[in-house]
Amino acid sequence: MTRDAALLLPSTEPVTLIDPDGNPVHVGQDMPDPQALVHAYAALIAARRFNDQANALVRQGRLAVYPSSHGQEACQVACVQVLDPGDWLFPTYRDSAAIVARGVDPVQALTLLRGDWHSGYDPLATRVAPQATPLATHLLHAVGVAHAARLRGEPTVVMAVCGDGATSEGDFHEALNFAAVFRTPVVFFIQNNEYAISVPLARQTAAPSLAHKGIGYGVPGARVDGNDVAALLSVLGAAVDRARAGDGPQLVEAHTYRVQPHTNADDPGRYRSADEVTPWLARDPITRVETYLRGRGLLDDDTIAGYGVDAEKLAETMRAGLGEDTVADYRDLFAHVYAEPTPQLREQQALVADELSREEAR
Amino acid sequence: MAAEKLTMANALNRALRDAMRADDTVLMFGEDVGPLGGVFRITDGLTAEFGEQRCFDTPLAESGILGMAIGMAMNGMRPVVEMQFDAFAYPAFEQLVSHAAKMRNRTRGRVGVPLVIRVPYAGGIGGVEHHCDSSEAYYAHTPGLHVVAPSDPADAYGLLRKAIESPDPVLFLEPKKLYFSRSEADLTLPVPPIGTAVVRRPGTDATLIAYGPAVPVALEAAEAAAQEGRSLQVVDLRSIVPFDDETVCAAVRSTGRAVVVAEAAGFASVSSEVVARVTERCFHSLHAPIRRVTGFDIPYPPPKLEHVHLPSVDRILDTVDDLQWEDS
Ligand SMILES: Cc1ncc(C[n+]2csc(CCOP(=O)(O)OP(=O)(O)O)c2C)c(N)n1
Ligand SMILES: [Mg+2]
Repeated sequence: MTRDAALLLPSTEPVTLIDPDGNPVHVGQDMPDPQALVHAYAALIAARRFNDQANALVRQGRLAVYPSSHGQEACQVACVQVLDPGDWLFPTYRDSAAIVARGVDPVQALTLLRGDWHSGYDPLATRVAPQATPLATHLLHAVGVAHAARLRGEPTVVMAVCGDGATSEGDFHEALNFAAVFRTPVVFFIQNNEYAISVPLARQTAAPSLAHKGIGYGVPGARVDGNDVAALLSVLGAAVDRARAGDGPQLVEAHTYRVQPHTNADDPGRYRSADEVTPWLARDPITRVETYLRGRGLLDDDTIAGYGVDAEKLAETMRAGLGEDTVADYRDLFAHVYAEPTPQLREQQALVADELSREEAR
Repeated sequence: MAAEKLTMANALNRALRDAMRADDTVLMFGEDVGPLGGVFRITDGLTAEFGEQRCFDTPLAESGILGMAIGMAMNGMRPVVEMQFDAFAYPAFEQLVSHAAKMRNRTRGRVGVPLVIRVPYAGGIGGVEHHCDSSEAYYAHTPGLHVVAPSDPADAYGLLRKAIESPDPVLFLEPKKLYFSRSEADLTLPVPPIGTAVVRRPGTDATLIAYGPAVPVALEAAEAAAQEGRSLQVVDLRSIVPFDDETVCAAVRSTGRAVVVAEAAGFASVSSEVVARVTERCFHSLHAPIRRVTGFDIPYPPPKLEHVHLPSVDRILDTVDDLQWEDS
């Protein structure tokens, strides 16, 4: 840890390693090795397909709602790829693609948004916390998991993800401070997509960048191009290594853009122009790494086609798993409130059972 | 002006607009309430009409929103703030309980905080986790706050106007599932003040007591009971704090039987308060214990199970059937 202000401040510009045209940019950071980039490319293809399929499932009435990460897939993929199997991910509602990239079953990952239950996967088995909707609240849990890991002598690093809007909540600031004071191995990863529903970044902060918020807590800040998976792997990877080495938390701000509506229920025409979105489409996170890898002979048509087939299988799994009508079990409502249901909950469950049996008898 | 067909969302928007026209200290702020007009469009067009100074988006922080509103209310303004959803109001709890509710008391009446906290409230919209809480008991349990919940467009308009005029902080609970249902309303007619309950449907056999989103369900149950030859009276509380003991008790005395209907969990709730108060006051007029149909004592269910949780017509009628009719 350092208290040297110069070392805590982020770079003036976000780190880019591959520019939007697919050319390498030479900065101090190391380019990830080719296998890591090819792996990330495959994951990007899968994540894009996942987003598109989830959007389609909303239109078909199979999901209640979907906050898409379309255009933010480089962030989704990179924040997971830099983790070890024993590390933890603390995602938000927007990070379903990251959860799937982490290896969680896609149907289980979408249980929340399908409306069957609040979380469909096992957080302890997958080391993925339940998706947090109350903004920034989970960042403190991330600090707690990391601190407990240190006390237990585990080499765990925690990746705690939030949006630009969430940085305005008090819990964001408390989490950074706690993490710094206790020197916990947490990487705070902000996906700055410039909007919190309709509210632009300028209404969230007057700071030079969100990464600058680290300095007030003694947490080093870093800025990275959120559509450049190479830069993300490099910057996030360094932050994870640092945390694992015992050097404490880091704050990483990825500069990206929410090209789609906040969710399917949103109407961006009310607060931003299409002209604002267009330039971001040209900065798509998939095309630039594809161009870069192809240009170096690290990717060919056959390999790309193979990834496409894999992504299609993922989509097929989603359609099959989410296309069925499920019957949610009312007993779940009462079973998981406490370790042992109270007498009152047993009574209430019996009331529903009685209603249902009378309905059947009718 | 004559009656017109409008939604509760229209009526609330009209109330804000009319209040802002009538008094330029009235301000509206919160998350996405500016150009977007709020996620439920309740503030639609207000920034366009009144400008960025009067209706504006804040940084995303509920504690900040309410804390700043308290300060503005201390200095001559009448802020109306929106909490985007019931379960997202909790970061503001400290400001609410320790400050909004107590400022008048702490200062021996010298400093009031006239502000309104609008909360899209309760269930029935198929919302995913954290989008459908019934949080009224927390608020009602906090002395110093008024808590109101309209059940139709006319009342939504009238109560919001009165809430904005109130010298004290008002928690204004807007039933989300009623936002877009239309009914006839004449917004020029006065509505009873905050603190007054009304009888929505006359009846002689038993009284259903409800508020907010449960009122239409109670009315539907009364209609169904009428088909079966039983006459149910329906009382709409409108205002949880202050509580109208007089109207509610007179209603229950007139029938001798009562069922309280509410979406919130029943344990330690507004519905339990209603039962306690009415029993204390009307014991000798009761032919049966007052019963309740409430949400279960569980976290709000996921969309696919909310129908099990919410008070239904059948569950109300079953409970009414249980009111010891054989004894009378
Ligand atoms: C405490 C809290 N307040 C309000 C909301 C409602 N809400 C959901 S998402 C959102 C915007 C969040 O923006 P940001 O943090 O930038 O994340 P993004 O959605 O852009 O990924 C808001 C206001 C919430 N979920 N939690
Ligand atoms: Mg955002």
